[in-house]
Order: sequence, then C-alpha cells, then structure tokens
Amino acid sequence: MLCLLRQMRFLLLFSRQGRLRLQKWFTPMMDREKKKIIRDMTTMVLSRQPRTCNFMQWKDLKIIYKRYASLYFCLAIESQENELLALEVIHRYVELLDKYFGNVCELDIIFNFEKAYFILDEFLMGGEIQETSKQIVNRSIDASDMLQETLEEYMSKPAF
Amino acid sequence: MSDVVEKTLTALPSLLLSVDSQPGSAKLSTSSKLGSLIRNITELTSKHEEEKLIQRELSSIKDQVSSPNTTMRQMKELMVRAIYCEMLGYDSSFTYIHAIKLAQQGSVLEKRVGYLAVSLFLNEHHELLLLLVNTVLKDLQSTNLIEVCMALTVVSQIFPKDMIPAILPLVEEKLNHPKEIIRRKAVLALYKFHLIAPNQVQHIHNKFRKALCDKDPGVMGASLHIYLHLIQENPEGYKDLTTSFVTILKQVVGGKLPMDFNYHSVPAPWIQIQLLQILSLLGKNDPGTSEIMHEILEESLRRAEMNHNITYAILYECVKCIYTIHPKSDLLEKAAKCIGNFVLSSKINLKYLGLKALTYVVQQDPKLALQHQMTIIECLEHPDLIIKRETLEILFRITNAQNVTVIVEKMLTFLSTSEDDHTTIDLVGKVAELAKKYAPDNEWFIQTMNAVFSLGGETMQPDITNSFLKLLSEGFDSVEEDRKLKVFAVNSYVSLLEGEPEKLPQRFLQVISWVLGEFSHLQQDVGAETVVCLLDKLLHMKNSTSETKTWVLMAMTKVCEGAACAPLVQSVCETYSSSLDTVLRQRAQELQHLSRDPALRARVLPPVCTREPLEVDSSLSFLDEFVSEALAAGAAPYKPSHQRQEELAQTKAVSYEPYQLTLPISTTAHTHTPSLLSISSSLSEGSADLSHKGGSSSLKLEGVKRVWGRGGYEAAQVETPSPPQEGGDPSISHTPPLTSEDTESKQQEQQLASSMFLGLDHSSVTLMGKGDSTPSWLKRKERGQTPLNDAQTFTDPQELTDPSPLHVVSPQFPQSPVIANGTSDTEAALALACLDTNRSSTNQLEDRGLSLYLPAELSGLICSEISVLCSSESLELSACHVHKLRSLEMIVFISNSSDNAVQQIQVQLHSEQLEVSCASESQMEEVKGHSVVVRQYSLRVRKPSVHVELIGTLFHPETPQNVQFTYRLPLSSFIRPLTLSTEEYGTMWLSFSNDTKQNLTLVHSENEGPLRATLNVLTEDLHLHVVEIIGMEAIVACRLLQDQPCLMHCRVHGDALAVWLRSPVPELPDCLIYHCQRALQGH
Repeated sequence: MLCLLRQMRFLLLFSRQGRLRLQKWFTPMMDREKKKIIRDMTTMVLSRQPRTCNFMQWKDLKIIYKRYASLYFCLAIESQENELLALEVIHRYVELLDKYFGNVCELDIIFNFEKAYFILDEFLMGGEIQETSKQIVNRSIDASDMLQETLEEYMSKPAF
Repeated sequence: MSDVVEKTLTALPSLLLSVDSQPGSAKLSTSSKLGSLIRNITELTSKHEEEKLIQRELSSIKDQVSSPNTTMRQMKELMVRAIYCEMLGYDSSFTYIHAIKLAQQGSVLEKRVGYLAVSLFLNEHHELLLLLVNTVLKDLQSTNLIEVCMALTVVSQIFPKDMIPAILPLVEEKLNHPKEIIRRKAVLALYKFHLIAPNQVQHIHNKFRKALCDKDPGVMGASLHIYLHLIQENPEGYKDLTTSFVTILKQVVGGKLPMDFNYHSVPAPWIQIQLLQILSLLGKNDPGTSEIMHEILEESLRRAEMNHNITYAILYECVKCIYTIHPKSDLLEKAAKCIGNFVLSSKINLKYLGLKALTYVVQQDPKLALQHQMTIIECLEHPDLIIKRETLEILFRITNAQNVTVIVEKMLTFLSTSEDDHTTIDLVGKVAELAKKYAPDNEWFIQTMNAVFSLGGETMQPDITNSFLKLLSEGFDSVEEDRKLKVFAVNSYVSLLEGEPEKLPQRFLQVISWVLGEFSHLQQDVGAETVVCLLDKLLHMKNSTSETKTWVLMAMTKVCEGAACAPLVQSVCETYSSSLDTVLRQRAQELQHLSRDPALRARVLPPVCTREPLEVDSSLSFLDEFVSEALAAGAAPYKPSHQRQEELAQTKAVSYEPYQLTLPISTTAHTHTPSLLSISSSLSEGSADLSHKGGSSSLKLEGVKRVWGRGGYEAAQVETPSPPQEGGDPSISHTPPLTSEDTESKQQEQQLASSMFLGLDHSSVTLMGKGDSTPSWLKRKERGQTPLNDAQTFTDPQELTDPSPLHVVSPQFPQSPVIANGTSDTEAALALACLDTNRSSTNQLEDRGLSLYLPAELSGLICSEISVLCSSESLELSACHVHKLRSLEMIVFISNSSDNAVQQIQVQLHSEQLEVSCASESQMEEVKGHSVVVRQYSLRVRKPSVHVELIGTLFHPETPQNVQFTYRLPLSSFIRPLTLSTEEYGTMWLSFSNDTKQNLTLVHSENEGPLRATLNVLTEDLHLHVVEIIGMEAIVACRLLQDQPCLMHCRVHGDALAVWLRSPVPELPDCLIYHCQRALQGH
C-alpha cells in the first residue's frame, strides 16, 4: 500500500551521561526495538564531533539532535522531510518547556517528567505538529493544570 | 481556552481562585516518593545497584496497586513512578491494567495521568486497549471540556483500529464543536483514523473541507495534515482546491494570522511549509495548476529574507516546490540563486540542506552542479560523514560516461571507511549500477565490481551478483570483446584466489566460482587442474559456508577435465559424498558421475556461450492435469502462504478494510499450482522473484529515458575541447587529496573538478536527447532483453546446471475444449493435446459442414470449435459449446455416414462439476443415413474447477459396447461480464469471504499503458467487465453462470499486476486467477 507517512518517528531526551529523560514513540514499536534505538541514539549522538551538523543518517531515518545545556533532544524523521524544520520543532518544544517551568533545566524535566509529556502531547500529536502557537499550548496546559491542582486540594477525598 | 477555565472555575468555589495560579512555577517535588526514588538512583554507582533498587521499587508498586485500599490519588502517584521505571528500561507491565483503570475511574486529574500512562505503555496492537474504548466513549460525551480533550488526545495517539466505528460518530460530531481546541483535536483524531483505516472516514471527506475553511487557524492547520496525505495518494482529486490553498498561503505569508502563530516573527511557518508541500504535489506535471501558484511562490521566496533557520526551512521547501511543479524559467532562476545561498553558507546545517536541495534538482538542471563544483569538492573532503554522503548522492546523479571513473573511485573510498550497514548497502548498489551503465572498459568494470563485492560483503543486495553474472554470461555483440571481458575476469579471479581468499566475502567467492566454472576454459594459460586446485582451496577454508561450497563443487563439475584433476576431484567427492548437507552430497555425487563421463558432461553442461536460452514453462502448465485432477478429487485449492496467514489473521480480528493491498513483493506469479518441491518450480519462482527485485532496486537500462544520453556528451566533447579529453583518465584522480602547499591543493581540486564535472557543461544541455550513437561498451545483445531470457537467472548453482533433463515444455491446453477419446481419459487427453495442431486443421474442415446444423437461435454467438468426441461404426459424435449471455449451451452433433438409418441412439451426459439439462425431450434418436442430428444441452456449473469435464456415453444398439467419451471445457466459458457500479462493487466486496491474491505479469503495449493493455487482454479472453479504472488501479467484475459473482481488484505493482479476487464461491477466485494467467501468457 502506498503510504508515505510524513511523520516524526520518535523523540528522545537524554542527558550527557546517556541517561534517558523522556521518550515518545509516534509509531508502534516493539520493546526490543525501542531499547536498541535508545542505545544507538545515545552512542551516536554523544560521540558526535564538534562542528558537525545537527543531522545524522540512521538506517532510513534522519536523526535531528540538539543539545540544550546538559540535555540532548533527539528527533527522528523520514529522510525526505525538512531537517531544518525538525530542528525548529525541537526548539519550539524547548521554548514551551521554558515558558512553563520558567527557565527550564534538566532537573525540572527529571522531577516533573509527566508535565513535560503533557506539554508534548499538546504540541505534537501522533507525530505531527498539533499547535504551533505558544500561547495556545500553554493556555491549554495551564487550564488543565489549574483544574488539576485546584481539584487536588479541594476534593482530596478517596475516590473509591 | 481561557473561557474553558472560566467555566470550570465558576463551577468551583471561589476559594479556588486563591490557589497558586502559576502552575508553571516548577516545584521540585522533593518530598514525593518519586523525588526520593530519583535521588536514590542518582546516588547509585553501579548498574547492578540500580537494578536492585528498581526491582524493590517495582515490587512495592506491585503490592500497592493491587491493594484494594489504594486510592485513585495514590494510584496516580504510583503510576508516575511506574512510568519512570519503565523509562529506565524495566518492565512494569503489571501496571498497564491499572493505568486503564485510572483513566476510567479517576477524577480529571488522575484520569490525565492514567491516559498518559496508557499512551506511553501500550501500542496500537495491545489487547488491553480494548478496555479503553468504553472510557473514551464516556469521556467524549462528557460535559467537561478537559475530559473531552483528554479523550481526543489519547484517541489520536493510540486507538484499536477495529473499534473506530464505535467512537467515530462522536468524534465527527466534535467537528462542529464551538471550542476551537476541540475541533482541532477532533480533526487530528480523524487524521489518525484516516492513516490507520482510510476507508472508514471516506464518508466525511467533505467535512474536512469545512475544517479547512475553519475560522481558527489551528483547526485549518490541523486539516492540512489530512489534505497532504490525501493529495499524496490522489493528486487528481483535489485540483479544485488549489486556489484555496494558494489563497490561504497568501494570507499566511501576508501576516494575516493572529500574532501568536508567529514563530521568531515568521508567520506560521509550519502551516506555510505544509501548504508548500501540498502545492508541489498538486502542481507536479500540471502546467495549468502550476500557473496558479507561481505568484505566491515568488512572493514566498521574496518574503523569506530573515536570517533564521526557520526562514531557511521555508526557502528550502519553496525551492523544492518550484523544481517539482511545471517549470517557469524566472522562478527557477531565483530558486537556483537561493540554493547558492544555502550551499555557500558557512553554517553547516544550511550547507547540508543546500546539498540536499542540489541532489533534488541536479537531474533537471545539471548546470547547477557545475556552478557549485568547488563547494562540492570541498564537501567531499568534509569531516562530517553525512555531508560527504550527501555529496556523493549529488555525484551519483550527475554521473555520465566521462566522469564515472572519478566518481566511482570517490564512492569506493567512502565505502571503505563507512561502518554503517545501511549506507554500505545503498552505496554498493549505486556503484554497481554506475559500473554497469557507464563502464569505460573491461578492466575497469571487472575491477570495480571486485571492489563492490569485497566491500559489499554479505549484506549486499543479491540482485547485484545476479545481474553481474547475467551480464557476463550474455556478453556483448562483438565476439572478440566478449571473450576479452571473460578472460580478464578469469585472470583477475585466479590471481585473487592465489592471494588471500579467506578475506573475501562469501558472495564474492560464489561469483568467482561460477565465473571460473563457466569461463576458465577461455583462458588457455590457466589449466583445468590449476583452477580445480584453487577451488579446492576454497573448500578447505574454515569460513566457507555450505552455500559457497555448493557453488564451488558446481564449478568443479564444469571444469574438471583431463587426468590431472582426477585424483583431487576423487578426494573431494569422497569427502562430500558423506556430508550431512544433502545439497552438498548431491553436488558431490554429480561431480563424481560427470567427471567420469565426459560425453555426459558435455551434454548436461554445455558451455554457456553455446547454450540455447532455457525455455522455462513458468506457469508449470505440465502440472495442470495433476492439479485439475487433484481439485476434482476434492483437494483444497492451493493458497499462497501470505494468504493463509492473512486468513488466519482475519479470523482473529474484524477487518474493515477491503482495499488494503498488502501483497508482499516476493509473491510469485505462479503459485497457483500446488507447490511441488521440484527444481522446476523453484526455478520459475526464482526467476519471477528476481525480475521483480531487479525492477525495484537496480536501474533498468531498457525503456528508461536517460536525460543525459551518451551521445550528448560525446558531441559536447568535440565542441569544448579543452578539459574533457583526459577527463576519462582515472589517473588524474589518483592525486592524493591532501598536500602541504595550499596552491597545489587548490590546483588539485580544480583538476578533480574538471574531471568530475565533465559532460555537464553548457553545450551538452542543448544537445540533450540526441541519438545514442556512441557504440557503448555495454551494448548488450538483443536477446538479453527478451523476456524469455529473463527467466534464465543465476540465483543458485542448482538452477544453472541442473543435471536432470530440463523439463520439456508441456503442451498447453488451448482455450477451446480439449477432448479425449475412448475410455482412458488422462493419458489420451495429453496425447490428444499434443496432436492438437493437426486436429484443429481437420476440425476446421469438418466445421464447415457441421456448423450449418447449429440451431438458428445460436448463430452469431461465440462458439467454440467443433471437435470430434468419438466414433463408432458409421456414427460420429462431435460437439461444441456456444456462449449465451445467460447460459452455456453444448451442442452435440450425431452424424451418420452410412447409407442406413441408425435407430435408438442414446447419448447420456453426466458430470460431477456440471449440471446438464437437455433441451429436447426424447432420449432416443433415429439418425437417417448421411444426415446429422443435433442435440442441445444447457450446462451450469455446480462446482467450479479450472477445467470442467463431462463424461458421456453413447448407447448404440448395433454395437455391444457402449462408447464413452469425455468433453472438457475451461471454466472461462462460463464467465460472463457483470455490470456494476463502483458503489455496488464496494458493498459486494465487503460481503464476500473467499479471496485469492496473486501477482500477474503485465502486458506491454505500444498504444496503451500496461494496466489498460492487460485489462484488454483479460476482458477479451475472459469476458470480464471493467467497473472503473482509477490511476494505477482497476476494479473488474464478472459472474459465473448463473449468478455467482466474482470481483477483482487490480493494481499495478512494480512490474506486476497485483490482483485480488473475491467471491462467495470458494473455488472461483483460484480458478479465475488461473485463467487470467493463461490469458496473459498467450500474449
């Protein structure tokens, strides 16, 4: 079947030590495969020389990576896709995190990784850009968050 | 969204407003259990300790989640910890079910974590996902918008395909929701459905149009995903939307969207890029549509001036679009300039993208490569592999007969340093392709191929070796040239084997063995015994696989000649006659026998140059008899393995997808007959397989329009005399790439450039497309292109020189019925079929007489030949069948050649597969002298089979014995067109359960496309009705008399026509596919 899925495949966040901080798989994959990819990605990205470009070829995919402080963001896309745009996808995600956490650092993501996932889910959906407006993404996160925290305080009775 | 919050807030006590409304302020949950877990882990020093800690953690989670006292709130906390453990790579699958429970039972905040955990833990095929359906259903109907949002978010990430119908109406409804965020998420959920089950959302395509016109840019942007996908599949269907897309892009570029869609002050770049991609799909090969978009493309180019990554991303997409759509010269000029900015940029990311853009455009405009030649040369030596790799990609596209040596050398150098398998496979294929296409001489070709085989190793595509061997064996027109090539190959291989054969990959050793086996006799200097000795060395190598050994033994069988080899051969035979590998044992036996009997060997293994092309009966028609007998005896029709698997899968899950064609490429065209484990079947399968693969991964020489014809360059050379003359000389490129002196290195770069960009200069552009007059090195023999020869492939040594006699092409059953005389039917049928040619001529004579007796109402209808059934004394029985629209009539002629009338003749017909009804009432006949009596029977199929058979008895009072006869007719006689509309077809398709898939060979015709031509043949021969042709697909319907429909879905798939048949009658699809194959074979 002719199916040119123009999607992102996965997004990984890992530290300089190669410790995984966040993983999002946009296409179904076996656990073994995932582990192999995580291993490959960390070794490949961490061993890149300085002054090389932010793109790599891995199998038939393009890997776009960028380092922000101690954290590497690594996004896999189809080969024919626009690499620069993918780089900006990463950047926009960092901006969103930054706005949410206020000067985001690795620790924010380690300790509040579920929040980082929520933000990602508002930004990307099923491997496609969902919302590019920073305000809207943040507003919707804030809305659910506020509800979450207020409810948490107010209705802290056991559900069952 | 803000009013969502407001609404929710008003529902809550005012106290809530005092709550920290800055959720963004990250509170490190230092006190939480997760926090302490994370801290503990970071303090650990060894992997082992971590493992212990996590195991402890997991077991504590396990205890708590299953405890009935755990509140949902605690559960949420546990779930976050489980997600963390899972991220570290530890299995926490016991929590999956609790994640679903949390999503189901938790309050909004817990639900959110529950959904998150579900989307992280499970994948689309997980069975627990079914449990989520109800929760999603409930949440979609919730009045709380946040719950609806969460449900839509999870749906667009993972949802079981089979359950889409359950929630589809609800999601569809959300398209009209007043809140834009809900509409947007609904569009994305539908996009997801469209990806996994396209036919289920077909009916809402017009609603997508509404989403495209949504006043909220977010919703519109989301709908672009769907359109991009739809247009990719069928650009023709959406041409009318071009102006809409152009208008939207105009608005976006003009900054008409709200400010918050800006990204680094560029208006909505993601939307812009999607629109550009859509436009390039729409404008491709369509001057009219391209015209509409020229203006906006120009504006986009102009507007994107800012020096930021995102503007470059847009520019890149713009350039791609301009080069994809119907060309407009001034736009192209601007785009070319733009590429220059990329390529010359000092930023490496931009340079890379520039190279990628160049790769995309050089085929249309090689001048551009010429403009940037110095940059390309620089990039070739770049330390970053991906830049180098992309540069080679450009070079690959501009290769021609003059620069091939330089470019291939660059590629091989890269290959020798590359460690990535994927890259190696890809590049090796490209080198092989270039070598085949542009090789300047024999030596170079063989040496390059040697490098390919050595570097490619075992990962190489198998068709590279196959096509190389095929090329060698077919050779060239010139006998002398041909011999030289082979001798050179032999020499080079002998010296390789004398060197260090241990280091060569197995595939290469196999190639070497084959070539030595076939051609070493051409080289007089190398005696047979030397070759045998060298081959023997391979057998003793530790790392030789048994496959290689098989090739080696085969080669030995071919060369062992004379007494000198005898002892060595003898010892080899002894060693391998007792091998555990049956194939090796077989080869050893053959070697033993053939080495003793030169006469036999000469007959079995004639040298390849004198060998006639093998005639391969790829449909295995010699098995037809066997198959139809087996089927008649109640055997189940053969189903190819993929179909069996699919049926198995279908019984497990409901499929809503009637048109999803997922034929594996390897399906062979001839799997109809039971797969006997005969060599012949593997031979024909192999050949079909190979020709298919060849189509996909290696360039075909024939029929491909080459933009840069050899003639063009040749002529160009004459006009621009300065650099090209020595360009072909590979010695130039041997200069070391790095030298101390700057000027020198510059010079070398210049030199390299002049040799690399040969043939791309200005004058050649105008000469493009001139006749291919250069007698190329690779002028292959004509016969190399005939389909017959394609069957002659070299996938396996067994096939090459099969010592068993090659199968005689068995007689083919003609479309007209074949008859058998007498009582013993099978043998007689075969014998008769062989004599068919004689018979038909006599039949024609008889026809003239008997056809006069055809009932008047049948005249003018399609009628088979009249054939003799049997004769007894003076009586002769003949028959034919006539195709009526609603029935098949069989006409039996009883002719009496004697003077006397014959009384009481009785003809009885019966068949297991057919229902026979007689039109005339009386059973007894009287046939007067010299006259003919006609009886008419209506036939109906009771049980379909490839051929149906009638057994008849002639009762004749004057002879003591009754005479039996059989009448055989193909099932295709009972096939009639079935006129349907596409909609009817669609509903019928879903309701039929029996199906067959097969790949058929395409018929190529000069006037029509292959699909049309093939369908014409099929409809003509089999009376099918073509319902609709859509692009490369067609749907066809027919019925078996009386009303048993069979639907057929065809799709051009590479070199083959992938056919999928469905019918309510179990046997029908298989039988029909057989006749389709037959019909196509006749052409």
